[in-house]
Amino acid sequence: MSVVSFPHLEHTGQVTQLRVAVSEWTKLRSVRSTLWTLGVAVLLTIGLPCLFALVTKSHWNSMGPHEQQDRHPLDVASAGVNLSQLAIATLAVLTITAEYSTGMIRASFTAVPKRLPVLWAKLGVFGLVTFALMLPSVLIAYWASQAILGSHNPPILQTSLSSNGVARTVIGGAIYLVLVGVFSMGLGAIVRNTAGGISLFAAIFFVIPPLLNILPVSWNNAINPWIPDSAARSIFQLTHGTHSLSPAGGAAVFVGYCAFVVTIAAILMRRRDT
Amino acid sequence: MIEATGLTKDYGAKRAVDDLTFTVKPGVVTGFLGPNGSGKSTTMRLILGLDSPAAGDVTVNGKHYRDHSAPLHEVGALLEARSVHTGRSAHNHLLALAQTHGIGKQRVNELIDLVGLHDVAKQRAGKFSLGMGQRLGIATALLGDPSTVMLDEPVNGLDPEGIHWMRNLLKQLAAEGRTVFVSSHLMSEMALTADHLIVIGRGKLIADTGVDEFIQGASKKAVRVRSPQADELRGLLTGTDVVIRDVESNVLEVGGLTAEQIGDLAGEHRITLHELTPVQASLEEAFMELTRDDLEFQASLGIGEVAG
Repeated sequence: MSVVSFPHLEHTGQVTQLRVAVSEWTKLRSVRSTLWTLGVAVLLTIGLPCLFALVTKSHWNSMGPHEQQDRHPLDVASAGVNLSQLAIATLAVLTITAEYSTGMIRASFTAVPKRLPVLWAKLGVFGLVTFALMLPSVLIAYWASQAILGSHNPPILQTSLSSNGVARTVIGGAIYLVLVGVFSMGLGAIVRNTAGGISLFAAIFFVIPPLLNILPVSWNNAINPWIPDSAARSIFQLTHGTHSLSPAGGAAVFVGYCAFVVTIAAILMRRRDT
Repeated sequence: MIEATGLTKDYGAKRAVDDLTFTVKPGVVTGFLGPNGSGKSTTMRLILGLDSPAAGDVTVNGKHYRDHSAPLHEVGALLEARSVHTGRSAHNHLLALAQTHGIGKQRVNELIDLVGLHDVAKQRAGKFSLGMGQRLGIATALLGDPSTVMLDEPVNGLDPEGIHWMRNLLKQLAAEGRTVFVSSHLMSEMALTADHLIVIGRGKLIADTGVDEFIQGASKKAVRVRSPQADELRGLLTGTDVVIRDVESNVLEVGGLTAEQIGDLAGEHRITLHELTPVQASLEEAFMELTRDDLEFQASLGIGEVAG
């Protein structure tokens, strides 16, 4: 090896937001954790409603009239969303924190030293991929659970996408998952640590809500609708009582939370040493 | 071209880089030397804008690195700490970085072949040996055909063949008119590749000079004299700067006089000489001498390697 023949590049393009997005798509599809977490999310979103529908169908005749009345077809159809959000949030956090833990972030910020295009691209690509997978998943979950419940003789818990609020509730599940992902990615970018990001997500969505029950009922009723978990849930809940926000209102509040978290993440990303 | 002026960086109470001013010129290999922990890696991160300075400024080709529209075309960098997602293949790692600049797959494959990673390009980078990781880092650095190449300890972990390959590559890149900035804590490596040296210790600039001048400037110049009449000769060697050291019996090391002066003196007084050799410190010794006071951790503390 005496002389190294070094190939030259014909021309170099500039960094654009679209190019960074293509790069982030390559990054997302080329690690195993993406396949695993999204696979689990799809499986849970579709599988859980099917399972609940089967159980409901087989026990229907032994239920009392009161219990039968309490059942709602959309509770069955959206059951998977509650669990698959964990997988979605985990992937969202990992997408950003794994870059910090492996040192990849230095390569990313050397290629894109303005940094923020990387954050926007990650959020955009993640949001699109999640929505593209979760929208069919929630629809399949709805149709599959309806088909299973419909195979009971006589058919039980039947509804239709054209019924009031049904389509909104079903599709709302997919939107909810996308927003939870955006929120979690913001948390990941702030703490820059996988365990920290996932813990923070779990604290906000699973630990704080039950803690509010300790408060006096009047306080709880006043505060509860506005916390991230409840506001986000309004998007895919069919019934809206006096102590919860409307779907649009809940979505607006939660989008506000997402914007707040992402703004902090962007400011810190721009300023911190890497 | 890299231009730093008054570059300063603190980590908490510790000053990692202290008022560094230097220029790295194109067309030559510039060695960036200093003991471990002297601030070399920090300086390189400041150049890339990964860290922001507490004071001072640094530009690449006339602009802050951040302000270039095609940064990978300006600077190709290999950082000492690994900068690769362990779960991604070498090919996809390079592809993702290339895509930020609209660089295609063909270029990625060219570089994989250049650094000899063809057979493992589809494997997860986490499984790579230190040497393979280093080769991937070099491919990353050259991806954008950069006018400035900045490598932090590039021969770390390379086998002898790889080291040889690296030296040739650096020389060729400089010969093509690029700016080549290479850090090392190994003087011997720099002696073989660098034309110019920037030496730092404890974050401060110690020397900014050509390799030859560095040896001459820093080294003690002395003459080794072996004579059966060493004691007699000693009495004749007088002068204000003259320093005489006994190396062993009948061998003196004389500073402050040239070999010619000593030889002439001995001749006049009919003193037999068995050896008369000008001694020059090696680059290694010159480096040790210059940085002795600046070693961040003295060996007596028992602390060896500290990340630069």
